[in-house]
Amino acid sequence: MSDQVRLEEDFSLEALQNGDQAEFARVVEAYSGYIYRLAMKMLQNPQDAEDILQETFIKAYKAFPKFDGRSKISTWLYRIVTNEALMFLRRKRPDLISVEVPRQDDNEDDLKPLQIIDWCCLPEAELMSDEARRYLDESVDQLSENLKMTFILRDIEGLSTKETAEVLDISETAVKTRLHRARLRLREMLTSYYKERLPQTV
Amino acid sequence: MIHHQNCTHFLNSLSDYVDDELSAELCQELERHMSDCEDCQIVVDTLKKTVYLYHETAEEPIIPSDVRVRLYRRLNLDEFLGDMQKREIDSR
Ligand SMILES: [Zn+2]
Repeated sequence: MSDQVRLEEDFSLEALQNGDQAEFARVVEAYSGYIYRLAMKMLQNPQDAEDILQETFIKAYKAFPKFDGRSKISTWLYRIVTNEALMFLRRKRPDLISVEVPRQDDNEDDLKPLQIIDWCCLPEAELMSDEARRYLDESVDQLSENLKMTFILRDIEGLSTKETAEVLDISETAVKTRLHRARLRLREMLTSYYKERLPQTV
Repeated sequence: MIHHQNCTHFLNSLSDYVDDELSAELCQELERHMSDCEDCQIVVDTLKKTVYLYHETAEEPIIPSDVRVRLYRRLNLDEFLGDMQKREIDSR
């Protein structure tokens, strides 16, 4: 997974804290692709993702004088973009907030696998067809906000459990629990999709 | 639907197993169980495949060039866009 290799961070913190534009441009160059991809996954819309991308770097530039360098720059940027995206989603869909709270995320029974069907044997071309890719995206979008953010950061962006915990400001245990729930939900959704594509057995 | 008491017992460990983060002891226990329980084997296989598919289909972290240009403009960083792209814009 070459795209998930974390970049070396050899930026001058001092220059960034002093508002040095050239150094800031290097940060933008290094991370804008990751930030944009993350915004796209979270918002599922190119225009919204672009807005959030711009907001993220504007905020970062303003906040650099206060950045203490205790976390990695990438983690700090991920944190800004995640918060921006969450605020955006809540502005756009205020009706969803109330649904979010009680949600059945904490219900253990809900985790029980319902569909035991082996679709692993499907050819890669079928598993990763354009239609399947769209279905993969839509499925992530159906997760609750908490599960969605955790899954995107861990399994799509490839952040470690520790980094994800830092970005979302939750414990590492909570990251693991949410990731596990997200994966089980997705497994269920993917099973519903791929089982229809299995060769018919008579 | 998984029925055995045992299967439920392993359910919470499956992600750790997929990530290779399960203790050696629990790992052995789960593998022993899976050799007898096709259901759990299937859940693990499809869970693994689910994670794999998301890894494999993740787009490259590349920003479309028009999005990049607008970002640099918005940040007043035009001068750092790089020569090639600047020429491209000037010629428009
Ligand atoms: Zn079992």
